[in-house]
Amino acid sequence: MAYGPSGLTVLETEVPTFGVSAFDSRPLFPSERWQECHPHEGLAPQICSTSEYATWTDIWITNHILQAVIAAILVIGFWLIVSHKPQVVPSKRQWIGEYVYTMIRNGVAREIIGDNYHKYVPWLVAMFTFIIVNNLFGSFFLFMFPTFSKVGFVWGFAIITWILYNAVGIKKWGFFPYVKKMIVPHGVPGPILILVTPLEFLSNFIIRPITLALRLFANLFAGHLLVMIFVVGGTYLLTQIKDNIIYNVAGGFSLLISFGIFALELLVAYLQAYIFVVLTAQYVSSAQEEAH
Amino acid sequence: MYPLEGTGPLGPLLPAHISELVVGLVLFAIIIFVVWKVIVPRFETMYTERADAIRGGIERAEQAQDEAAQALAAYREKLATADDEAARIRDAAKATGTQIEAEMRSKAEDDAARIVNSARAQVEAEKSLAMESLRKDVGQMATTLAGRILGESLDDDARVKKTVDSFIVSLSEDSPKK
Repeated sequence: MAYGPSGLTVLETEVPTFGVSAFDSRPLFPSERWQECHPHEGLAPQICSTSEYATWTDIWITNHILQAVIAAILVIGFWLIVSHKPQVVPSKRQWIGEYVYTMIRNGVAREIIGDNYHKYVPWLVAMFTFIIVNNLFGSFFLFMFPTFSKVGFVWGFAIITWILYNAVGIKKWGFFPYVKKMIVPHGVPGPILILVTPLEFLSNFIIRPITLALRLFANLFAGHLLVMIFVVGGTYLLTQIKDNIIYNVAGGFSLLISFGIFALELLVAYLQAYIFVVLTAQYVSSAQEEAH
Repeated sequence: MYPLEGTGPLGPLLPAHISELVVGLVLFAIIIFVVWKVIVPRFETMYTERADAIRGGIERAEQAQDEAAQALAAYREKLATADDEAARIRDAAKATGTQIEAEMRSKAEDDAARIVNSARAQVEAEKSLAMESLRKDVGQMATTLAGRILGESLDDDARVKKTVDSFIVSLSEDSPKK
């Protein structure tokens, strides 16, 4: 899609341009070529390809990359603070950390993975807190953008999860026994296997990482899009249309609704982070469990 | 790859640039490393300590409970012994009381008998004394009286005495019959 004005400059234009452009990353230190390709208002937007305009700073130092880095610092800082000199009788600070930690450790890892859950606890704890902080950025005033509505981060997480559970399975069973275990369900009679085996292969090796990534990405992407539509569109209808009271009322109403959607986004932020680690644990569990 | 986003067949499902993916994974690796090396050991060590503390607490509580049960048993035993002892003391006291009562009674009876006897002896003695005195005085008075009535002296002792004696004897013979 061409680069029109981003979300908020929409308010000053005659016709609002909605679309994914508000999801674009912006370099913190834009090169001249980048600025040419992303003209300010009034100049005709150009279509540039990456190789034409981008210096490495345009690609690697952007607002969304910075946001992810800040999220990582917040997560590490949070854990270091809440786990500092833990006491048998917890302080309030420690209690908060323990609450989150045991929720993942006992509620997800031990509950789903079972006996040898201990070695997966760091993974799940890190993953849950990193995802939820990034998701909450979508409703946080300094950022107002959920990092994981940038699909690249999400693909990375899906790939690493895919590698994790397959590595666990291969390490425990060996390559071929593991693949056989995953695609040939136990106790299914021969002819039906012809049908079931390709399905199981698709399901366990192809669909899983894709759905994992798409679920997280699409929830945040759609949530943010929804917020933008209600806020930007509502503001436009309320303030820019001068002679139609119905539009103004509708605009005010959609601004009110946007508050509800923000509340929903808070729930989604938590829920998607939780689902992601639950499914990760579920996949690890299915990879290492006895034939089912 | 900015222009790729939204332009290809995958639309926004294609990352704007591989940078996101790489940065995401690197950050995740850093977080995992810190959580794995620092956070989890801190919490797990503390959980072990807490479990030990709780286990120790339970053991201490059990110990205290045992002690309490022992104390209770000892107390009950002591109470039963005390009851027995009290009963025994009560019985002994009752027996002693009965004994003392009997002793007192017999002593009182003895005393009474002795007093009665001594009184009786005294009465007897006084009686015989009175009898003696009477015998003497009455003879005297009677003689004197008779002498006055007769106007003569009855100083002839031998005769008088004989008369009086015989009179007294007759009195003595009469009196026990009363």
